[in-house]
Amino acid sequence: MFEKMKPIIAAQLSVNEDEIRTESNFKEDLGADSLDLFELVMALEEEFGVEIPSEDLESIATVNDVMEYLKSKGVEA
Amino acid sequence: MLTGKVALVTGASRGIGAEIAKTLAKEGAFVIVNYNGSKEKAEAVAAEINACKKAEDDGVNGAVTCQCDVADFTACGEMIKELISSYGHIDILVNNAGITRDGLLMKMSEDDFDAVIDTNLKGAFHTIRHLSRYLLKQRSGKIINISSVSGVIGNAGQANYSASKAGIIGLTKSVARELAPRGITCNAIAPGFIETDMTDVIPEKAKEQLMGQIPLQRAGKPSDIAETAAFLASDKAAYITGQVISVDGGMNM
Repeated sequence: MFEKMKPIIAAQLSVNEDEIRTESNFKEDLGADSLDLFELVMALEEEFGVEIPSEDLESIATVNDVMEYLKSKGVEA
Repeated sequence: MLTGKVALVTGASRGIGAEIAKTLAKEGAFVIVNYNGSKEKAEAVAAEINACKKAEDDGVNGAVTCQCDVADFTACGEMIKELISSYGHIDILVNNAGITRDGLLMKMSEDDFDAVIDTNLKGAFHTIRHLSRYLLKQRSGKIINISSVSGVIGNAGQANYSASKAGIIGLTKSVARELAPRGITCNAIAPGFIETDMTDVIPEKAKEQLMGQIPLQRAGKPSDIAETAAFLASDKAAYITGQVISVDGGMNM
């Protein structure tokens, strides 16, 4: 899942793929603002075919958080 | 000027909304004529636009109608979703749908206050809320909210209406700031006294009094507002966002 997410994160946040780690914090490490994060989530929704309600965005800070969230929604690792 | 664009105009069956729909269509936009109760009038507006399309083939791209009560958050979400799936994109959103329930403050019921806020202010929030994710993705979009001179300077007998229209101004400015980094603009137009069904019910005496407050000494026409909306919807206004444009013959300056 991480490998699949990397190019999406890189494209949305304009960062290099090799800067992205599972523990990367979107805002602190990857320079995302809340609008970036929202757009990233939209891109991930499309890629993985899930809907992430805006309320659940609050709990997402790192790449790992997203992976945990997607797994909890039944997305295969 | 707007060829290839899709425009959604709420409350477009009559008055200012109908005129905006026709003007955007004339500029080449494909127009979605939203209405709540006035089905026949909305269909007449769309038919008039489609007739131009057939008659001259001058770049008019036509119109369709679409029923939705903008006061209903969920219904707005469904409408936007359906429109996007049918037409691919919406580039211009004009929040025009509005009602009045005038009365003196001391006699105004809670219902009268809420109904006006629900349609005029929350209606604009609902459509922007649901459309914004698509606009973000497009990295472009023009949102135009119809406010009122009442929202800028207040008006006796319109506590509910002017509150809703002042709210529109705050909404406009916040949306403008929030979506600006993604190339989306949001502006408001504050019409003055415009000749429509809505102002037709104002008593003669009050009309005369109003007229005395207009430096240009005439009532406005729906086309005065529609031309401003067409400008704001075009790329000519690309560098304008978060503004309230008064189109009121000078009532507020």
